[in-house]
Amino acid sequence: MPRVSFDDWMLALHVLAAFSYVAAVTLFWILIVAGRRIDTPEGTLRLGGVARVGNAAVGIGAVGTIVLGIWLAFSYGGYDIWDAWILIAIVLWFLAAGVGRRTGEVFLEGPKKAQELEAAGQTGPNAELLAINRTQRGVQLHVLSTIILLLILIDMIWKPWA
Amino acid sequence: MSVVAVIRPDSWNFPLFLHVLGAMILVGGLLTGVAALATAKGSERLLRLGYWSLLAVSLPGWILMRIGAQWIATKEHWDDVPDDLIPAWLNIGFLIADIGGLVLLLSLILGGVGVYRMREGKGVGLLKATLVLSFIALAAYVVAVWAMAGKPD
Repeated sequence: MPRVSFDDWMLALHVLAAFSYVAAVTLFWILIVAGRRIDTPEGTLRLGGVARVGNAAVGIGAVGTIVLGIWLAFSYGGYDIWDAWILIAIVLWFLAAGVGRRTGEVFLEGPKKAQELEAAGQTGPNAELLAINRTQRGVQLHVLSTIILLLILIDMIWKPWA
Repeated sequence: MSVVAVIRPDSWNFPLFLHVLGAMILVGGLLTGVAALATAKGSERLLRLGYWSLLAVSLPGWILMRIGAQWIATKEHWDDVPDDLIPAWLNIGFLIADIGGLVLLLSLILGGVGVYRMREGKGVGLLKATLVLSFIALAAYVVAVWAMAGKPD
């Protein structure tokens, strides 16, 4: 059995959490593209199962990266919490969390509208639902989330001022 | 290991970035593919979404990850090291990357035929096989990420 130190376990779990975070952002990109062609309540609500997997992955990724990242900053030899690249990552993480929460709120409008239409017995194509599913505001926010996560990845690899 | 990370030459960073970004896209595509195929419950839209996530996201991610892996391995001169001195984490990473790539390829072939058969109304059995294979690939890549990051001796 290969040997892994406790700190290296924490590092591995931190990296796995980062993968979970970025995988979720990728998943939501796929849902955004798929959602642009969906104009029925049933089709919109069908994406809910995939979105729930994405939400779980974001949760695991966001909590795992910050908690284990801060642990590693204190525990790992050679790194300190006040290192510039670690402070940059923490600031970017909070930005990503804020933008991500806002993005989620915008993209919840589609399923909400779909549920209203279903409750009203309207199951056919609906132009208003299609417009909500094509939200430009949501796309802009998700672009911003993606850029912030890319900046965190760049910061983690290049480690400026380390 | 932290010392190695701190003194890593700058010229290694871009290939490493491509490798990690490709791997993240690969895992994202696999996660979406597995989620869509597993929750489809016969929905053609979700079955197609699952398959296209694998084809249009995971496959490019795998190519980027593998190119980055070879580039960084060459820069680190692992090709010049005798096989018995190659560390376990690197062997695990390369093995899973390549076998996982074959599993992904097989799932894409089966899924492609499956989507065609679904369109013809001939059932979705092959897409269930695609789900199983893509889940196996996803689990394998989680192990690979653990090995590459935790660097077991």
